[in-house]
Amino acid sequence: MNVLIPSALRSYTKARDVDAAGGTLAELLADLDRRYPGLRFRMIDEQDKMRPHIRFFVNGEQTFDMAHPLRPADSVQIVQALSGG
Amino acid sequence: MARNPRKSPGKTKARKKAAKPRARTAAARRVLVMVATRKGAWLYHGDAARKTWRADGPHFLGHIVNHLVLDPRDSRTLLAAAKTGHLGPTVFRSTDFGRSWKEAKRPPAFAKATNGKPGRSVDHTFWLTPAHESEPDVWYAGTSPQGLFRSADGGVTWEPFSSINDDPKYREWMGSAQDGTPDGPKMHSVIVDPRDPQHLYFGMSGGGVHESTDGGKTWQVMIQGMEVVEGFDASTPSFHDPHCMRLCPSNPDRLYQQNHCGIYRIDRPSTKWERIGNAMPKKVGDIGFPMVVHPRDADTVWVFPMDGTAVWPRTCPDGKPGAFITRNGGKSWKRLDAGLPKGQAWWTVKRQAMTADARDPVGLYFGTTSGELWMSRNEGDRWQPLAQHLPEIYAVEAAELR
Repeated sequence: MNVLIPSALRSYTKARDVDAAGGTLAELLADLDRRYPGLRFRMIDEQDKMRPHIRFFVNGEQTFDMAHPLRPADSVQIVQALSGG
Repeated sequence: MARNPRKSPGKTKARKKAAKPRARTAAARRVLVMVATRKGAWLYHGDAARKTWRADGPHFLGHIVNHLVLDPRDSRTLLAAAKTGHLGPTVFRSTDFGRSWKEAKRPPAFAKATNGKPGRSVDHTFWLTPAHESEPDVWYAGTSPQGLFRSADGGVTWEPFSSINDDPKYREWMGSAQDGTPDGPKMHSVIVDPRDPQHLYFGMSGGGVHESTDGGKTWQVMIQGMEVVEGFDASTPSFHDPHCMRLCPSNPDRLYQQNHCGIYRIDRPSTKWERIGNAMPKKVGDIGFPMVVHPRDADTVWVFPMDGTAVWPRTCPDGKPGAFITRNGGKSWKRLDAGLPKGQAWWTVKRQAMTADARDPVGLYFGTTSGELWMSRNEGDRWQPLAQHLPEIYAVEAAELR
């Protein structure tokens, strides 16, 4: 499925849109980390929690659930939320 | 994985006694000053006379860089502790003086939660310490929230080190996010005895000073003689706030400490700190962040006091910046402010933002919260600006290139 990468993480992907697979958001992030090593830890901490200024949207709907189911036709947007000056 | 540039890292036995440090030959050495800031890192390459400087940067523009350190064992490996406002913490590594950087494969991260207790997440790596010269690829890192980590491969992969990260007593002393500095409690001043790789110290803001003589397996609290804020119990490590602690290379039995409550010295095997800041001028006081030791003279140290009165402005006292030097182990202090602004200067020098080179006379370097980098070629007798208009400076390190 298509994943939109925010500018802060494009040093890993070198692209705005990348392709990755997974039946859940957690699986998708694991696949992204295989393709772009180190990417996941910048978004998800060691207790598997989303970092405070990273947000995930599936088909335009925000989710905070790492077990959110995904289908191949879905699109996922990763967004860097405001983090101060 | 980044390749290790060292050709033959053959292990050498830990020496029983530290070699007497000698002044480096001016002609052979160039000084590199590493500046870590709230918005990136800069390298300043000096000539042999330390008179002209070439700025190289920004590296990691927009990244919050808490520490940038060159490995003195190979004079080549640079580690940078970085994060951004959005992204989690990591460590970058360079073996070509920042022309290229590679991210650590496994940055410092706490273990998963166990026994139903809440697990912790590293917010940022705060402090980097190259280990003993007999352990060429070993580094230690201190984090916020407080944790101790170790790398055995030159900073590529990191593991939680020792038992303290999950020890109930240490967790109590470390406290919560509310018990530390505004951007989180700090594990800092990770020190390795140059005579013995098993002999370690660290400081916690807050949480006191701790020592291990068995390579980090067990730790002893070392807070005797250290004062705490009025009304609190000085026997409780949680209430202690060492800001910066340094070991004297010319006498590893002597350490100095700049604390939230004064300046201290300890001469081991004594376990009692002596408050040597009482000899500072009363109008200035003995509160501050950094502590700098002389590379060859254990009686000589520098501090940079700040205003710790009333609401703790943490600025130069009375807006008048000045370093102070003692050349007699803290019996008396002398103000060093030639070249610095005479007034209306309201910045602070943070705990990692002042350092010395090993030349003779010693060069001093400090960075301010207002983004100015200052230096002295004569042990603080006169200061001059090295760079201006940088972001808030968090750390300054100096190294000599072979």
